Amino acid sequence: MQPFKPVLLEAVGVPDGQTIASYRSRGGYEPLEQVLKQKQPVDVVEMVKASGLRGRGGAGFSTGLKWTFLPKDHPGPIYLCINADESEPGTFNNRILMEDDPHQVIEGIILSAYATRASTAYIYLRYEYPQSWQRLQTAIDEAYAAGYLGKNIKGSSFSLDIYLHRGAAAYICGEETGLIESLEGKRAWPRIKPPFPAIEGLFRKPTVVNNIETMACVAQIARRGVDWFRSIGVPADPNNPRDPGSYGPKLYCLSGHVERPGCYETPLGITARQLIDEFGGGVWKGRKAKAVIPGGISMGLMTEAELDTPLDFAGPGKVGCLGLGTAAVVVIDETVSIVDFLHNSCRFFAHESCGQCTPCREGTSWSLRMLERIKAGKGRLRDLDLLAEIGNTMGMMPGSTICGLADGAAWPIKNAIKKFRGEFEDYIKQTNPQGWMVTDPVPALQIVGSH
Amino acid sequence: MIAQPRILTDEMIAQIEALAPRYPNRRALTLPALHIVNAALRYVPLQAVVEIADVLGLAPAEVQDTLTFYQFFHQEKPCGNVRAFVCRSISCALRGGDELLTHLCHKNGIDPYGTTPNGELTIEPAECLGACDFAPCILANDDLLKNMTPETAEAELKKPRARAT
Ligand SMILES: Cc1cc2nc3c(=O)[nH]c(=O)nc-3n(C[C@H](O)[C@H](O)[C@H](O)COP(=O)(O)O)c2cc1C
Ligand code: SF4
Ligand code: FES
Repeated sequence: MQPFKPVLLEAVGVPDGQTIASYRSRGGYEPLEQVLKQKQPVDVVEMVKASGLRGRGGAGFSTGLKWTFLPKDHPGPIYLCINADESEPGTFNNRILMEDDPHQVIEGIILSAYATRASTAYIYLRYEYPQSWQRLQTAIDEAYAAGYLGKNIKGSSFSLDIYLHRGAAAYICGEETGLIESLEGKRAWPRIKPPFPAIEGLFRKPTVVNNIETMACVAQIARRGVDWFRSIGVPADPNNPRDPGSYGPKLYCLSGHVERPGCYETPLGITARQLIDEFGGGVWKGRKAKAVIPGGISMGLMTEAELDTPLDFAGPGKVGCLGLGTAAVVVIDETVSIVDFLHNSCRFFAHESCGQCTPCREGTSWSLRMLERIKAGKGRLRDLDLLAEIGNTMGMMPGSTICGLADGAAWPIKNAIKKFRGEFEDYIKQTNPQGWMVTDPVPALQIVGSH
Repeated sequence: MIAQPRILTDEMIAQIEALAPRYPNRRALTLPALHIVNAALRYVPLQAVVEIADVLGLAPAEVQDTLTFYQFFHQEKPCGNVRAFVCRSISCALRGGDELLTHLCHKNGIDPYGTTPNGELTIEPAECLGACDFAPCILANDDLLKNMTPETAEAELKKPRARAT
């Protein structure tokens, strides 16, 4: 295979790569000027649709198709919300794009706003990214000064303002309707869909929500073309009419127990093993992997035996994971107790559930309490069935919750118990020799910091 | 009843008003306003909430409702000059994040979410800081502290730090 030359990460390591001068010298903003002169918004929608680009924020929905859901001939305003809440544990590629190449992101936003006829774009940026905040604000100021933002961009009839809006450390603000509620100044309670944001979104107006990396891809498609984009990645499965394929480059975040954690750009479809060995320098300390998270903690776990699974949109699902998610690969070595892993996962979701839906609010907190108890040497085998029951019943898929956070909370539980049940059983029997077989109800232990 | 002195300064109100043209209604200014006040005071006491509501034309309960949702804005007393978020999510936990938090709290004699008696340092557990490539990591004011050990973190958190944003 030809070694792949990074495109989205082209500016990483380039001195002053974040400046508009550097971005222009790499060919940036030239495509935007061409588009504004020669193309109608609908042409840009068609271009992005034809590229096969699927959203990089986690759900993998076709970007061009999402744009076509906006009402035709709407009097406006139409809003574009850029999701820079990036809070899925293991994920940091948006941060790198915003810090090292903010103009690539901004050009993508301008092109997408043109396509969707939005004249205001909000970038919802998580609080914990002060460096991204500064880099983006500087880049936005530069873009205004250069005439790429503001009124009548480059002499066209198209006008656009981009505003940064800062979050306040809540994972749920990454869910697109939670983001919208938060932007409106309310608690970030996700909305029941439909109506989808394209019909009724921010300030009750038609709205598109897209991820930062999706924006960078739009900029590159405009620069390098649809054929270039479709020449990369995994083509649609001809035997599966519902598979739209996994085209384009992807930023994989590699962390946990690897020698060289980092953000690596490769064509979609690299396997976890290749990523770990060829980019990450292998599992650290010469150890073996016990389990690997394929795309952020919500996606569940792959075992060592499943590491040859291609990380395209369809791959992780074939081994029982929720999906590709954010393509954040976290390596867990053989010395880690699976009980500790699941405790960490349950603590995260118990902390981040917005509390709106009972199965999620109670399920996440109850599962954490059980894991606390198991860790404290008071586990019973019966707890594993109860955990599995929680995992099987909370989420949008079983139909019991408003948003996908609950599915993301359920998946690590389901995968861990299914794929590592023996280890859980051994742990429980060893740490609770007197009581592992008890099936009576147990009073929950006091726990700290799970609100 | 004697009127309490106003907490929101003219400057804070001007900063809030400067953002108003960005949004079609004033409720959307809630989070920006909370951030502006929090950046200046290191907390958002209830009276500030009432005043923000007044500026935005909202009920205090609406602002308070939003504020409490995030658990980010302290209300009882100001955060320390350095507010340190210690990541405890998976990639950091795999490399010692929980131990880091325990160590730092112990050495500074405070519980998680607590502030040292001299008002210098607040330590809070955080979920993934989006810097898992530098695990375990800490966000201290605007500085990302990378690849921390208990010893390096202890030393780093003794340093004074600017607060730019
Ligand atoms: C609980 C939850 C958290 C999410 N967090 C993020 C996030 O931080 N960033 C993001 O882009 N998408 C996130 N998403 C997905 C968004 O809802 C939405 O699908 C995405 O922003 C759309 O952009 P895209 O089509 O460009 O991927 C999250 C979804 C859920 C259910
Ligand atoms: S599933 Fe959970 S996070 Fe999502 S809306 Fe319901 S309670 Fe909130
Ligand atoms: S898990 Fe700590 S920064 Fe991501």
